Amino acid sequence: MSDKVLVLGELRDGVLRNVTFEAIAAAKKIKEDGEIVGVICGDGDLGEQAQEMIYFGADRVVTVSHSDLKMYTSDGYAQAVLSVIEDESPYGVVMGHTAVGKDLTPKVAARLESGLISDATSIEVEDDEVVFTRPIYSGKAFEKKAIESGLVFATIRPNNIPALERDESRTGEVQSKDVDIKDLRTVIKDVIRKASEGVDLSEANVVIAGGRGVKSADGFKPLYELAEVLGGAVGASRGACDADYCDYSLQIGQTGKVVTPDLYIAVGISGAIQHLAGMSNSKVIVAINKDPEANIFNVADYGIVGDLFEVLPVLIEEVKQLKVAN
Amino acid sequence: MNIYVLLKKTFDTEEKIVVSNGQIEDDGAEFIINPYDEYAVEEAIKQRDAHGGEVTVVTVGDEDSEKQLRTALAMGADKAVLINTEDDLEEGDQFTTTKILEAFFEDKEVDLILAGNVAIDEASGQVGPRLAERLGMPYVTTITSLEIDGDTVNVEKDVEGDVEKVLTSLPLLVTCQQGLNDPRYPSLPGIMKAKKKPLEELEIDDLDLDEDELEPKTKTVDIFLPPEKEAGRVLEGEVEDQVKELVSLLKNESKVL
Repeated sequence: MSDKVLVLGELRDGVLRNVTFEAIAAAKKIKEDGEIVGVICGDGDLGEQAQEMIYFGADRVVTVSHSDLKMYTSDGYAQAVLSVIEDESPYGVVMGHTAVGKDLTPKVAARLESGLISDATSIEVEDDEVVFTRPIYSGKAFEKKAIESGLVFATIRPNNIPALERDESRTGEVQSKDVDIKDLRTVIKDVIRKASEGVDLSEANVVIAGGRGVKSADGFKPLYELAEVLGGAVGASRGACDADYCDYSLQIGQTGKVVTPDLYIAVGISGAIQHLAGMSNSKVIVAINKDPEANIFNVADYGIVGDLFEVLPVLIEEVKQLKVAN
Repeated sequence: MNIYVLLKKTFDTEEKIVVSNGQIEDDGAEFIINPYDEYAVEEAIKQRDAHGGEVTVVTVGDEDSEKQLRTALAMGADKAVLINTEDDLEEGDQFTTTKILEAFFEDKEVDLILAGNVAIDEASGQVGPRLAERLGMPYVTTITSLEIDGDTVNVEKDVEGDVEKVLTSLPLLVTCQQGLNDPRYPSLPGIMKAKKKPLEELEIDDLDLDEDELEPKTKTVDIFLPPEKEAGRVLEGEVEDQVKELVSLLKNESKVL
């Protein structure tokens, strides 16, 4: 059997998303001594991005460049990826559990009639069997899953499997492959950017999230300020989105984004179960809320009972001083 | 238009999860229509009302799934199909479910299939796109708007907060995202009517499938609850002191700053 593991890289605005590097680390867990082969689909010269995958641990990278791969479409990308899979006959395939990963991988798995384990948060090898842990029931439970037979195919949740250190001394071959892309049945006419500029919410190491307690769109200003000094992203509860304090693209929870940052600061969020579904697996949770009975304190590691508009300015100053001291 | 909705029953979101012998305990749990599938049912009814045709709701489940199908009929769907695998299949995964649905759709004339973008229990989000691929149909996932004009379809798709405007055509499979519509509650007359609407029950034999073809490609090794979180620490003192302590804890104890 082949010992190659393919890592499907994902570009956003021409730059590889961080989860791609985490997927390389995941591939190494799946087959420790295997050959890690990166795959990048896109348009134009992809050499620089391929080199970046090598710095993060890929042994070799195959690029597929075509004008019809400039934008992601399931038909276009599936043709490219299936063609590489056919060439390489890999043992495993890994990709990030992102909008593109969720859309593309089931199609590829269906074509290959293979299993697919989605949204894994950790990987272990037990007696030659690769076991994936993934959250179920909105993070209220976990399951361990393995592939029964055939291709070991998985998507990994961003921010859970640490990427290897970037190392420019790593070397590897970059091969470009031509694939005939045809019969695209969906066409992207336009993209309206709503997600905030800067740090990507689902990949952020620090998330500052506001709820109804923030009271207005203006009330989010100190949250943005704190996010900036911490290098994090701003999110929100459904309550804050419903009240029009911010765009739904910021919503965290069962019907919004699922985030697992190192640090989650919940500001003026009561902690409804639907919200917890989107953030309860964060590594460290801080709650700031006026109401000492708020449910959010039950999942928080540290809590401050108080008025967020008094607490945040002090917190911003303290963090600034710390950053200066560092 | 022949419109189909893929529906799954799931635990009520408020249910506490209990695990025994490596299985989720479902005795006495309340079940609901998967919330994302409710958007699919609502959209199917709206599209039928605008363009004519018929809405059929399909589920792969057990005899208890009839309740959720009746709810969909009460909302306004025309027909329901329950593919009952209770007696035939011990285990299944997304491959299994897709294979069953593929067999079901084999002899159907289909214009549009709607599904939720993910089920809130197992949360794989695979069955919609897998089925579209098996049926040779295009698909668009996580849609927030659907406009059909003849065979031309304009869709808006949520991509991690950004909106993509997608042009495609029927036949088509879509998976629904929050923001697509506001699902209606079944009305009392709707509930009365639903009792008389056709609900067909099938088993895998009826679809010319046998168990061997449906062997799952993945297996569940274990199910467990996350470790109980120790009660968090509520800080005390003046705001300034609390914040100083917090920053110090985040830096020195949790090491996240």
